[in-house]
Amino acid sequence: MSLLSTLARLEAVRAQRAQPLATVRHRHLSDRPMVLVPLAAAGEAGAPLAVLLGTDRREPRLHFVPQPLNRTQRSEFLAAVAREVVPYLESFGDEVELLEGSEKDPVSGEKVPVVRELCADAPQLIVPNAGGVAHLALLGRSTRFRRTVEDPDPGEYPSPTEVPLLGRWLTHLTDRAQVPGSSMLLAMTGLLARHWATGQSNLEDQHLAARLAWHLPPAGLEPPALGAEAAEWVESARDGEGLLLHPPAGPATDPKFDERVLAPAILRHDAAVAVRERAGAARDDAEVRRAAALVERAHAELARVLLSATLPAWHDVWNGVDLLRALPPAGHLPDRWEGDRWSFTMHRERVAAGEPPQPRRDDAVTAARKLAQREREQAKLEIQEALDDPLAMAERRLAGEAFAGEVVDVVPEWSEGRSPKPRPLLVVRTGDRPHADPGREVHRAHAEPAQRAEIVSSAPGEVVVRLLSGMGRRRDPEPGSVPEPGSTVVFTLFELAPRQSAPLPEPADTPWTHGGPPVAVEDAPAGADEWE
Amino acid sequence: MNVSHLGQATPPLRRLSELRGPAPQRSLDARALAALAANPGCRRRALLDAAGVDKVALAQRLGRPAPFGQSPFAIRRGLLFESRLKRDGYAVLLEPLRRRLGVPAEEVSSLAVPDLLPAASPAVRAERTAAALAEAAADPSAWTLLDHPLLRLDVAGSPAYLEPDALVVHAGRCTVVEIKSFPVLDGSADPANVGAAARQAAVYVLALQEAAARRAGLPLSEDPYAVQELPGAPELTVLLVCPKDFSAQPVAVPVDVRRELAVTRRQLSRMTRIEQLLAALPEGVTFDLARDGSGAPTRPAGELAEAVAAVPAAYAPECISTCELGFHCRSQARCAGAVEQLGRGVRGELGSLRTVEEALAAAEPGAAAGPEPEPAGGSGPDEASGRLAYAARLRAEALGGVR
Amino acid sequence: MTQHMDSSSGPVTGRQDAAAEPAPGEAADRAVAGILDAVVRPAPGAPRGVVVDSPPGAGKSTLVVRAARELVGAGERLMIVAQTNSQVDDLVDRLATKASGMSIGRLHASDSKPAPEALRHANVTAKDKVADLLEQDVVISTAAKWQWVRTEQPWRQAIVDEAYQMRSDALLAVARLFERALFVGDPGQLDPFTVVGTDQWAGLSYDPSSSAVVTLLAHNPAIRPHRLPVSWRLPASAAPLVSAAFYPYTPFRAGTGPDDRTLRPGLRGDGSAVDAAIDEAAATGWALLELPARHTVRTDAQAVAAVAATVRRLLDRELTAHSEQGSAPLTPGRVAVGTAHRDQAAAVRAELARLGVPVDPAAGECVTVDTANRLQGREYDVTVVLHPLSGRPDATAFHLETGRLCVLASRHRHACIVVARAGIPELLDDHPATEPVQLGVAVKFPDGWEANHAVLSHLAEHRVRL
Repeated sequence: MSLLSTLARLEAVRAQRAQPLATVRHRHLSDRPMVLVPLAAAGEAGAPLAVLLGTDRREPRLHFVPQPLNRTQRSEFLAAVAREVVPYLESFGDEVELLEGSEKDPVSGEKVPVVRELCADAPQLIVPNAGGVAHLALLGRSTRFRRTVEDPDPGEYPSPTEVPLLGRWLTHLTDRAQVPGSSMLLAMTGLLARHWATGQSNLEDQHLAARLAWHLPPAGLEPPALGAEAAEWVESARDGEGLLLHPPAGPATDPKFDERVLAPAILRHDAAVAVRERAGAARDDAEVRRAAALVERAHAELARVLLSATLPAWHDVWNGVDLLRALPPAGHLPDRWEGDRWSFTMHRERVAAGEPPQPRRDDAVTAARKLAQREREQAKLEIQEALDDPLAMAERRLAGEAFAGEVVDVVPEWSEGRSPKPRPLLVVRTGDRPHADPGREVHRAHAEPAQRAEIVSSAPGEVVVRLLSGMGRRRDPEPGSVPEPGSTVVFTLFELAPRQSAPLPEPADTPWTHGGPPVAVEDAPAGADEWE
Repeated sequence: MNVSHLGQATPPLRRLSELRGPAPQRSLDARALAALAANPGCRRRALLDAAGVDKVALAQRLGRPAPFGQSPFAIRRGLLFESRLKRDGYAVLLEPLRRRLGVPAEEVSSLAVPDLLPAASPAVRAERTAAALAEAAADPSAWTLLDHPLLRLDVAGSPAYLEPDALVVHAGRCTVVEIKSFPVLDGSADPANVGAAARQAAVYVLALQEAAARRAGLPLSEDPYAVQELPGAPELTVLLVCPKDFSAQPVAVPVDVRRELAVTRRQLSRMTRIEQLLAALPEGVTFDLARDGSGAPTRPAGELAEAVAAVPAAYAPECISTCELGFHCRSQARCAGAVEQLGRGVRGELGSLRTVEEALAAAEPGAAAGPEPEPAGGSGPDEASGRLAYAARLRAEALGGVR
Repeated sequence: MTQHMDSSSGPVTGRQDAAAEPAPGEAADRAVAGILDAVVRPAPGAPRGVVVDSPPGAGKSTLVVRAARELVGAGERLMIVAQTNSQVDDLVDRLATKASGMSIGRLHASDSKPAPEALRHANVTAKDKVADLLEQDVVISTAAKWQWVRTEQPWRQAIVDEAYQMRSDALLAVARLFERALFVGDPGQLDPFTVVGTDQWAGLSYDPSSSAVVTLLAHNPAIRPHRLPVSWRLPASAAPLVSAAFYPYTPFRAGTGPDDRTLRPGLRGDGSAVDAAIDEAAATGWALLELPARHTVRTDAQAVAAVAATVRRLLDRELTAHSEQGSAPLTPGRVAVGTAHRDQAAAVRAELARLGVPVDPAAGECVTVDTANRLQGREYDVTVVLHPLSGRPDATAFHLETGRLCVLASRHRHACIVVARAGIPELLDDHPATEPVQLGVAVKFPDGWEANHAVLSHLAEHRVRL
């Protein structure tokens, strides 16, 4: 945490209300996001219990597994979720832009023109918290290798065909979510944390409702309140039964809820199903009808309790979306969202081309490529946020990595040589204290074209720089390329264009230091990999 | 290791028992000992644990109960997993151990599982475990599994009884086995969970090392990483047994606990500082809940809170998830306006500014005029103030258009 | 730090039988001869890599120069990979000085110029394209630059310097350029790092964010690391402490005896605590200049001032460093200040400049003031260290990192003066020890807590209160 965000937290403590950490919105928000509130069954890795999802805040749709240990019901649940999520994802493939580019022909080595498709938009999933992202990743891992009836060897328990497809999408989206600045899969707690400070710690901010309590009075709290008191209320207030008044946003449920509400409801459902089965076996039609009604009632009861466990988080996520939509979008969002669109387009193409699901673990080259991409995107994100948002730039100024000030004097000078180029000196009055030794290269923010300069001298209150580029090719600078006295300038010590990543070998050329080319391993699920 | 071997009625023990009141002593288990590592600087927790106070009941009475609990589903699943392990004759444990120790498969023909008298009293069980361990260690070719043995570790003068899930004894040495219900997925597991398991296992390893040293009449080595070359001594690598991927199939993975062992040793050696904490305590302080005949606490919450406040806490937001009193201490930190409520790291930026109000006052315009003060031999009150004022100026400038 | 520790090899006590121990020079020569044999005259079927673990000042650079000369002498073309531009320039300078008959190519990025020390030699050619350097006996560049090199003819031999600081993914990108390689580095220094999430690869042998050597050894189990057993830099007062505190499983010793190195002030102390600390350090090799306990921000003005005053007095008191290499006055170029953070270094530099101590390299010989990261591989006569935990209300993984303290405590040939506020032992005691554990990742030794404690308890014997 930086001192600036600490300061914002201190202010939030005093005001008992969230304080801004950004003047613009730094993440893309879709016009049509899909919100998912997933719940996991306790005690088992990634075992789904329920999910409340949808693209319309007035129409959340609940799916759940009546008996979380039942393999068939789990499979049905996943198929039902897939039938909601996959069409949503695929709908963004309908509209494409055609981009002309060139590609090296692998045989001749010559550049040949190609036309590539780029989806005009991409999907966006929003979950309440980081745990939700992790849960989706587990679901992706557990379903993408599933065999279906279409497999040559479908195995004992074939899945509906949508299930492995859902798994591959979830794997792709959760992997993409690791890329800094990406927005195809977002956790609401993270989104809010980027834009506002609360008067509590980072850890407490992971509780979506507790963090929102610094923005809006929580529903049900009388009299309405904000801040620490409201946050503690949503964290810990319980009814006479010992149940939390505001259930957690998942994926873990409150153990008390499991004990007092969920377990009995599941038990009643199991019992009703057992009665129905016995009646069916006894061919007792009247009893079958009576039992079917029991099952239906038990099912409806489960739906009711699971809805009550997810609906508060559903509203919290949408309330968060409202807060974020009120912020103006940052200037570089379209640029970063295009990266997400490419990511979406490419995965869609891999699926269409019939490529196998993502392997369990990356090979050496893939891991290195992903790391390089993340580092590149992290650098880009930091630069773009600083350029888009004076508060982000303030962080860099405080860290001594940038300085802002007023130009108080411009001294025209030229380079030596036969065709002298302009090398004017700028005297900048500033309250900032950049870690700038003479000779250090700096970059002028918001200059078009890019403009470099070097530090000539740096003293408290005044920095002198010499402009080195971005002034045209002639002896005299292009009009407007040298800031006038009285104008405000910002220089950064960091480069304003992220460096390219160095090339890496193809996986087939993995060197001896890294174990040589990866050996193809069978990623199809062994029987033991299935849930039991 | 500084664990003292004091008798029962020494003054500190008597004072600790007064603090607890007539309530039964909550004995320290491995989980509680491992949890000491989460906040070793907290005097409050150290004293309450040493006195064996029921912190759950205390937090409840203070009005901010601990939110911890375990889902019945998780409990059932854990039991199922452990019983399955037993049903398979512990094959999953033996296989990786055999490989680690380089024992041919055919040599592991039979596994002895001695009766450890699970229904007996702790002292008897601990005796029985010690005897079974010595017996198993005496025959280097035998494979013995001690199922839920009971180990004794003296902590600051009182005995703590520890129950590992299992010990496997072979070639005169033993290996601690920890059974956990979080999965090992594609070869990796949640690092926080593995870390907690390693700390817990390290407590068992330490207890076994102390026992082996005691039997041999030798002191424990100064070097916390040293391998003990004594009969029945524990390996410094434990076996963690977890469900594999999404199945209920167990998988055993080795975890090196030398680092955690060193941590445990130094945490426990700090426990003996309890005497200093007791000395600093005002006369008459007690955490007795004064339960009535029906067991309901009658001690007024305010009075209890005062008693608790007599021992300083080192609150950090992490306490919420590791200590029963977390919510209580948080509310106190908030009342006091302590900057710790915002996180451990915040203090590093604020230097000697300890409260929210102090920090905000330092950030006010005019509190420290001009650019950041030069670090010139300064005896100025606080460099933090200068930086805060600078930060506040930058923040106000950037937010100019927003507020 | 990335120390590989073979758990099957059992404990290494570090206690050796003094009578059976060969003289340091002999032990070091034997180790070097073995390494050169393995590099220049590999046995048939020997692994393609040779790894050499070198504790601080154990003659790593000398080894690299010797190996380069022998390889070139045997008719090989050689590429050398280092990690930073200053390491490359240092190496070029050293190689060009020691082997004037060798042609050396300095490959550099188009936007960065090599240092003048590297370019002053007639046998050095600097180019930004490798094609212009293919005729050179040796081509040297950074790993970052080598990654972009495309060439039809790979080198048969490479030397990778500071290999423990190199990340696995960088090795992945450059390994195609050579057939065999000598990897040299100090496993006790700071590990490479990244600012983005890499948890998903933890435990993989080729985790791209881990050290190159870790990956190399995991995939080439036949490689048994060699070890340089003697530190020629660290004096007899420092080698045992640094060895025990930071290299518990791979001990080393000092190449010089207690009387081989002396540090004598020309002027008497003025009775101040700073001068007392200097006298203590001159006499014993260590001093702890301790300020009163107080929680401060990183740029603790009083601690910064104490550091600067110490440097000022070191230069004013006309110290003479006498060693096996002869006697020399302690000039600014032989003094370094080490800090944990850049802003601390900047604050010290500003304060030194205020006291008239030269700190600008462009203006001539000066005192080096830098962070641990940048001091890796450097050597000075006297170092002044601002303790990473000084004044902190809390310790973090960063401040406890073993490698950081190891670098700071092992840069000196004569003496090290640590400036710190009182209260660090209490801070260590209160530090939560709840580190996560990744399956399959070798545990790093020693733990930062243990190492810090070992160093502090040693320093406590050399305490001077300010």
